Amino acid sequence: MEQNLLLTYLILIPLIGSFLILFIKKEQTNIIRYAALGISTIAFIVSLVIYFQFDSANSDFQLINEIEWIKGLNIHYHVGVDGMSLLLVLLTTFLTPLTLISSWSSIKDKVKEFTFFFLMLEVGMLGVFISLDLFLFYIFWEAMLIPMYFIIGIWGGKERVYAAVKFFIYTMFGSLLMLVAIVWLAVYAIGPLGYFTTNLIDLYKVAPQIPMNIQIWMFLAFAFSFAIKVPLFPLHTWLPDAHVQAPTAGSVILAGVLLKMGTYGLLRFNLPLFPEASIAAAPYISVLAIIGIIYGALVAMVQTDIKKLVAYSSVSHLGFVVLGIFAMTQESIQGAVIQMVNHGLSTGALFLLVGVIYERTHTREIADYGGIAKLVPVFSFAFMFASLSSVGLPGLNGFVGEFLILLGTFQSPILNSWWYTVFAASGVIFAAVYLLWMYQRVFFGKVTNPKLDGLKDMNAREIFVLVPIFIFIVWIGIYPGTFLKVSDRSTAKVVKQMYNPVKVSPVKLGLNQSSK
Amino acid sequence: MFNNAQEFFNLLPLVIIGAGIVFSLLIEMYSKKSELLLPWFSVIIFLAAGLHSLYYVGDVSIVLQNMLATGGNVNVFYAIFTFGAAIVCLLSIDYIKKYGTYFGEYYIILQSSVLGMMLMAGAKDLFVIFLGLEIMSVSFYILAGMNRKKLNANEASLKYFLLGSFATGFIVYGIALIYGSAHTTSIDFITSNFAELTKNILFITGVLLFLIGFSFKIAAFPFHMWVPDVYEGSPTTVAALFSTGGKAAAFSAILATLFALFNGPAGNLFTPYLAVISVLSMFYGSIVAIAQDNFKRMLAYSSISHAGYLAIGLAAGNHDAIAGIIFYLAAYTFMNLAAFGIVSLLEGKDETNLSINSYAGLGTRKPLLAALLAIIMFSLAGIPPFAGFFGKYYIFIAAVKAHLTWLAILGVLSSAISAYFYLRIVVLMYFKSSEDEFVFEPSNNAMVAIIFSVLLVILLGVFPGTFLDLITRFI
Repeated sequence: MEQNLLLTYLILIPLIGSFLILFIKKEQTNIIRYAALGISTIAFIVSLVIYFQFDSANSDFQLINEIEWIKGLNIHYHVGVDGMSLLLVLLTTFLTPLTLISSWSSIKDKVKEFTFFFLMLEVGMLGVFISLDLFLFYIFWEAMLIPMYFIIGIWGGKERVYAAVKFFIYTMFGSLLMLVAIVWLAVYAIGPLGYFTTNLIDLYKVAPQIPMNIQIWMFLAFAFSFAIKVPLFPLHTWLPDAHVQAPTAGSVILAGVLLKMGTYGLLRFNLPLFPEASIAAAPYISVLAIIGIIYGALVAMVQTDIKKLVAYSSVSHLGFVVLGIFAMTQESIQGAVIQMVNHGLSTGALFLLVGVIYERTHTREIADYGGIAKLVPVFSFAFMFASLSSVGLPGLNGFVGEFLILLGTFQSPILNSWWYTVFAASGVIFAAVYLLWMYQRVFFGKVTNPKLDGLKDMNAREIFVLVPIFIFIVWIGIYPGTFLKVSDRSTAKVVKQMYNPVKVSPVKLGLNQSSK
Repeated sequence: MFNNAQEFFNLLPLVIIGAGIVFSLLIEMYSKKSELLLPWFSVIIFLAAGLHSLYYVGDVSIVLQNMLATGGNVNVFYAIFTFGAAIVCLLSIDYIKKYGTYFGEYYIILQSSVLGMMLMAGAKDLFVIFLGLEIMSVSFYILAGMNRKKLNANEASLKYFLLGSFATGFIVYGIALIYGSAHTTSIDFITSNFAELTKNILFITGVLLFLIGFSFKIAAFPFHMWVPDVYEGSPTTVAALFSTGGKAAAFSAILATLFALFNGPAGNLFTPYLAVISVLSMFYGSIVAIAQDNFKRMLAYSSISHAGYLAIGLAAGNHDAIAGIIFYLAAYTFMNLAAFGIVSLLEGKDETNLSINSYAGLGTRKPLLAALLAIIMFSLAGIPPFAGFFGKYYIFIAAVKAHLTWLAILGVLSSAISAYFYLRIVVLMYFKSSEDEFVFEPSNNAMVAIIFSVLLVILLGVFPGTFLDLITRFI
């Protein structure tokens, strides 16, 4: 097979870059910052090249690079992208340089270590999205914990140690069960294939044949690990701690990309590998997702800390994504994929904005604010824009994803009940309540806190970070076709993989069109 | 004595060490500069033996009237022992200076303990196993009490001696029963007639006693009582050898003797025993380690839990398990040597800096050492891309193939628990700061040893293929 090295370059650039940064003297913080920015920008440019080389009419994995790695266990370094992973790769490379700029003034201590870990984090995230070998995937999935652990633990808030350890142990616990499932799958493959393999493309053919009583356990082992990462109710308790304690750049990447690794995992592994078990589990997981949507929104509503509010809103929004995935129609899965990107953009923007104001006032309590709209008009506008995007205002990105998810859920033959849609839709209303209510308390009214006098508006650097995000928020809102087109074939393939091996007739499910 | 030159050549690693011991004795007797010469002489001896065994790893043969095997995985074990011991020598040079307790015997006994380990790994006869075990154990008892003016070193030595002899008693009794039922001490005979022999209750009892005796040596629960006290009381560099070379040698002896366990259904008889001690060791070690405040004691409990992971491999009893155990032992040896190495380097003259709390803020004070220790902690916790992870992965593959998926699940649960205490060290080093003064004497020799071990841990983790090919070629 023809080898394409682009994805390997994409991984190597931040990897080698992070080690090069170690050679810069630690006093030269500006050189370090510019170097990191340069490295991540090159990575972004490479990802754009990948985007233009990608053929969205083809549903297969593309730009594949496969090299034998561990011969004894038939493990290959095997990377490639399809439409779903490409969007998330672009999101990662897009957000990384922006967050590096955003931490220009907020990270003053140990800049060298920070940029090193940050670029390592980018390596891990990209690796997760492009791995086509379960062993390789697991390496990136786990290794990525280390830089994030340090970012929360060293540069975080007051309770950072607790949050970092909780984040690490929680996620590791889940992923270790997945490790056993990966090993089990690889051993199982010896039966039908005749060789031990962790190659995803091979396992796609084999895994759906696993008898249902075992398949359900495999499904649960994978789903547990991903559900912790998403996080799906009731496994979300690490998230508020990690989000609130992490430095702004950490929160942005955590919300923007890390959580997507969970939903990506469900979509990439659970559905196609264990279709029968997925269909059986779909109603239960959808119920958990809806509980998450409503619970996250209600808890967000009563928060007194802005950052915590945004953190809980993630629980709610990711509930939509999970619902979209488990409604298992092409519309809902397309909605879920685009919603992953949307959430990365709008919640990322919200965290950036919270960081901007926190840097000035050193408080995130809603009660400490009030009436700042007059003091900082640009900031207020930006915050309103990001909030509306998060709420799902038609014309902005959030609407597209939520609409597709709700539409798909309504038509879903698996869930087969419109109650799911009704309850999920209530989450949209709640989102408007908690975000706009918070906005009202922070920005409108009279300035009561004397400390807010002389509050400075956003500077050019901060605006520069947000403008590209806002451009995409509008772009996806007005013309989502650009992005939906990329993942269209890949999501159709997932749906096809779902229903084909199952003994349920596709005609009865009303999917004969999309599956052909 | 030797049938031909080839036999002598294949035995060269053992001969080098043996001759090394004799020359070391002469150096110690006649040279006034022995403190300067002996450590480096030992390092050279170890490296020569290790490199020879790796280079001629393909020369598989059985020598000395069917008493010893050479080549193949035996040589891989030789390399693990000798490179490990070379690292211990490097660590010891400045450690001994720090305490002012130089005895030339230290290095000589170190060499003889390695000779014992090598005999165990290559044994083809139960008597050779016993011979090797005793050479190693007696050397260990002396090494444990090397700081003879220290009370807890004496305690460690005595405790190790008493419990170790007790364990040896089990092994000897086991060997006697095996001999009684099989009428031979030849391991090849026992291996090929294993299924037949297991019909005899005497034989089963013998093997079980043999396994129990070795459960002491590998530090598995419930035969672990000596481990924390001995590790804490012994000189840190010696504890490093106990936990790595000693454990690897005990496992090599089990692999050499009970190869039949890995070779067919007859071995399944002992699976319940091995599975039970494996689960108990993993959980006991991981849970009790959380409560430890002394770094060496924490590593002692971690060593108990690692014995548990390795015992999963014994329970699985297939060919993947052999490769998994050897890989894990190699990874574990260098991880633990680096961990103990850093502890011995940072240890102050009067046993200061041994509490884990004294590591607070090390990340800013000594960035390189802290980074090395952090890598080792992640590797011990089984986080990729380090060697510890791959070792576990391979052991789990063996377990799943042997239909012991439940054992693999318990294994991962225990490693999630153990992550907590390994990470606590990282938390202290990087997330906490300390006002207390932190004094230690830097040592370039120790640094070289530590960096070498950490590099091996990373290389074995990222490119396990080369080493794995080497091991699996001979199974």
